Amino acid sequence: MHITLKVWRQTGPDATGRFETYEAPDISPEMSFLEMLDLVNERLIEAGREPIEFDSDCREGICGTCGLMINGQAHGPQRATATCQLHMREFSDGEHITVEPWRAAAFPIVKDLVVNRAALDRIVEAGGFITARVGSAPDANLIPVPKESADAAMDAAACIGCGACVAACPNSAAQLFTAAKVQHLNLLPQGQAQRWSRTQEMVETMELFFGSCTNYGECHEACPKEISLDFIAMMNRDYVKAMLTNRQRDGQKKVG
Amino acid sequence: MAQASADTDQAVATRPGAEAGVVHRRRSRRKLPWPIGFYRTAVGKKWVMALSGIALLGYVLVHMLGNMKVYLGPEEINSYGESLRELGGHLVPRTNLLWLMRIGLILAFAVHIHSAYSLTRMNISSRPERYQGGRDYIAVNFASRTMRWTGIIVLLYLAYHLADLTWGWANPDFIRGDVYHNMVESFSRWPVAILYIVANVALAIHIYHGAWSMFQSLGINNPRYNEARRVFAGAFAFAIGAGNVLFPVMVLTGVIG
Repeated sequence: MHITLKVWRQTGPDATGRFETYEAPDISPEMSFLEMLDLVNERLIEAGREPIEFDSDCREGICGTCGLMINGQAHGPQRATATCQLHMREFSDGEHITVEPWRAAAFPIVKDLVVNRAALDRIVEAGGFITARVGSAPDANLIPVPKESADAAMDAAACIGCGACVAACPNSAAQLFTAAKVQHLNLLPQGQAQRWSRTQEMVETMELFFGSCTNYGECHEACPKEISLDFIAMMNRDYVKAMLTNRQRDGQKKVG
Repeated sequence: MAQASADTDQAVATRPGAEAGVVHRRRSRRKLPWPIGFYRTAVGKKWVMALSGIALLGYVLVHMLGNMKVYLGPEEINSYGESLRELGGHLVPRTNLLWLMRIGLILAFAVHIHSAYSLTRMNISSRPERYQGGRDYIAVNFASRTMRWTGIIVLLYLAYHLADLTWGWANPDFIRGDVYHNMVESFSRWPVAILYIVANVALAIHIYHGAWSMFQSLGINNPRYNEARRVFAGAFAFAIGAGNVLFPVMVLTGVIG
């Protein structure tokens, strides 16, 4: 395959970026998108030019490190996959492919296609955990979990935190990410103790960095794990309840 | 726990180079009492937007159904208009209940518009640099992408509509209290009829997204009924759009008047 790449190049966070065009001949359709970029980079290095900087780690769609805006779609044209799982056979010979980094105020560009997604970590730090008893492992089935709750929590927990939802959202909202991180704990018995403080803290931290949800649904389409919009609705509901619940508690003594 | 981590924010480096690029972060704000604090958050604003939207949906539906009395003749619609002022009968002074409803509507409009305005500003500031290579959207539809514009069209139309058929400034043949006459006089003029048709199509498009979106914002969801929400929004939008567009069309074609 012969591909023409239009790639965003930016030397640093404060530098002015621009698109540069690269010809990529002899590309195997069996290559993943990242392997194709590796090959392009090898050729750039051999020619004594600066390789294209991009993020990747596991390359099997479970770590959430990779993420590129390919032809205007987060993680490219294939549904339910991360960029590393996208293969060149999805493109046609001679195609022009535009590659751009995630763009959001909360995701500043570090270099080329690499962005700083630390804002997502701030949301998880605000309450995306449970405070559990430490020590020896508890007996199995000590805490009964309804099958439906376990399934729904698992669906939310599939989020790999890649940031595609933010990148795809016309508002740069992180509702899908935050909803997944809130609800995979809120749905389980172990998450109940901090449910309301978690929901409130995580939503309010999210709003320090990101836009608001207008229910476009782009995030769900971009999500490599196909996290459902239902989790956003659940988070909205829990947030309203959290505001009421915390208010009642604030009137007594601060708990949780 | 959350406050502590939020304050020591930008310096956290997870990998070499990750400290590069300053993460845009809004100022943390002082905690305020429940209703105000709630409205200051984006999720709270969406909730208020949905609730005021429901009030406005109820209003446009009742408004349209009431206006359908025009098909029954001048006496029916004129006495309907009069009875709105007489709401409450002898229990409350004349027009008091009507004014109570009007104040409620004005409040609903105010918070609906204010929340839309401030959320739009928040969203614009969340992506200062757009995608230079363009976007290929998958899920958005015409209705959801044009909410701001259809909203503004409906607002401008509302101002004209009040001037035309409530106050009568924009209607040279306005007779206070003669609803039937005023409607026929207004809609017989082509430019006015077209304005009403365009504005009500915009209203229907606005409702098509809003009447679906409000369930998400309020957190009323159940995978079993999610399809029904779309059907509801489509049916509601179609009913309002068709019902309202038919009034000027019926006058122009001579069915009314």
